[in-house]
Amino acid sequence: MPKVVTDVTCPFCGTLCDDLEITVSDDNKKILSVKNACAIGAEKFNHTKEPGRVTHPRMRQPDGTFKEISYDEAIDFTARMLVKSRKTLMYGWASTSCQAMSIGHEIAEKVGGIVDNCATVCHGSSLIAIQDVGIPSCTLGEIKNRADRVIFWGCNPAHAHPRHMSRYSIFPRGFFTVKGHKGRKIYCVDCRHTDTARVADTFIQVQQGYDYELLNAFRTAARGGPLPDEIGGVPKEKVYEVVEELKTGRFGVIFFGMGLTHTLGRNHNIDIAISFTRDMNEFTKFNIIAMRGHWNVTGSGQVLSWQYGFPYAVDLSRLDKARYQTGETTSVDLLTRNEVEACFYIATDPGAHFPIAAMISSSKKPTVTIDPHINCTTEISDVHIPVAMVGVETGGCAYRMDNVPIETRKVVDPPEGLLTDEEVLTRILNRVNQLMEEA
Amino acid sequence: MVEKITLNLITCRSIQQGVGMEAGKTSKKYFDACSIIEMHEDDMKNLGILKNTNVRVTSATGSVVVKAVTTRQELVPGLAHIPMGPWANRIVSAYTYSTGEPCFKGFPVEVEPAPSEQILSAVDVVKDACGLLKK
Repeated sequence: MPKVVTDVTCPFCGTLCDDLEITVSDDNKKILSVKNACAIGAEKFNHTKEPGRVTHPRMRQPDGTFKEISYDEAIDFTARMLVKSRKTLMYGWASTSCQAMSIGHEIAEKVGGIVDNCATVCHGSSLIAIQDVGIPSCTLGEIKNRADRVIFWGCNPAHAHPRHMSRYSIFPRGFFTVKGHKGRKIYCVDCRHTDTARVADTFIQVQQGYDYELLNAFRTAARGGPLPDEIGGVPKEKVYEVVEELKTGRFGVIFFGMGLTHTLGRNHNIDIAISFTRDMNEFTKFNIIAMRGHWNVTGSGQVLSWQYGFPYAVDLSRLDKARYQTGETTSVDLLTRNEVEACFYIATDPGAHFPIAAMISSSKKPTVTIDPHINCTTEISDVHIPVAMVGVETGGCAYRMDNVPIETRKVVDPPEGLLTDEEVLTRILNRVNQLMEEA
Repeated sequence: MVEKITLNLITCRSIQQGVGMEAGKTSKKYFDACSIIEMHEDDMKNLGILKNTNVRVTSATGSVVVKAVTTRQELVPGLAHIPMGPWANRIVSAYTYSTGEPCFKGFPVEVEPAPSEQILSAVDVVKDACGLLKK
């Protein structure tokens, strides 16, 4: 009899939906159907049954092909690489559990690695701004139950966080938001008329790269100051009108995404968005939340912060203290400046998501990638260690975009013989300890 | 009609990119979702190309061949979008302004028709740049 696993947490985006229902075969090996997930989440669970999964570690040969090796050989190669290298980039972590991260950090402390997560090319700018000016924030549950003014600025949840709008920000009826969608005013600020803009009551089309100016105008308008006729392509009347509407709300929230963190200005864009939020608290209750991308990138920030005090780009190469300096200890800068001697990637694909200059540098160094699937990084790595998918084939703790920890669940058994991230990292740590004692 | 046009390029996630990524980086879904450049119809007209024509996109960093398409995420003329992925990253500058964050959005690119050029696969587009592609 197939059985239904309920309340499954979806390991795709930072929304961490925890209401999925997944039917699995009675031998616990195959996923038969997925309910409640978005298109991306469903694909993540469904494609586990596709053939062609890599089940053994692979080592790249001089001719460019890959040869299967045993876990012991792969772990020995990795441990030797880590011990030999004086400075290793240990990047990724956003798609694995907090438990696996803490083991990885122990390895980094031993070998003097630099631990960086996907925030470095994602919400890193937001984290810099939060360190500068703080953040007035709340949980997604409060949004659902209280928010009546919702702004999406430089983000497109219809595509990147598909169930965010139905679970928290636009459609749900909550304790104080009994009218659901009708009781909320939705704003979308973007340079494109996106699918999110289509469900917004007001769409503000800002010229690409003029977010800082427009946010500055919002601040000025909130204080009743004068504005030029047009700011970043938006007429001043529109700015005054929107700000007045925001002031009449009982509970407002700004969700912001890559439209602010990637464009010119970067952390300053977030800085002023946070400052605007703070200003709005003079008139009503206002909050701001970063639309975190990977399902557990927030978790990596949390674990690093409580262990070392910094949320990403933590340099442990001095062994006795942790350092953090964006532009210096961040992955892309380290790689383009050729400052690391080896690369260790886990649960990520920089090959697809780093600018090519960084990957050209990476491809010339000894590289190990731990990932369940073949991707652009595994194919230019020396060793690829396949593992079970966290959140599907093994459980573990993850943090939602609003910093709420949620436990992910194991739904099916991994293919036979496949180790989990935690097991692989523990074995690497043990081998590193052994090698260091011998030395 | 002109031989090449200069556009302002942004790279973002799309839901098709997300689904493709989960289907696998070597899947057809991922290739179809990411090896494209979304352009405004006026810009296509200007360049004298039809939808689904291969184009070469060149920035100060590099150059890549992708397919020109139109999109539901309406653009203004002069603005173009390549979904995040290895094709986009061939032309994204790694300069971070000391923030760690590369220039993923808002940089000028030149677009020219390249109907006879092939689009490389996701893995090959990275290998090609790293000098690991066997010709």
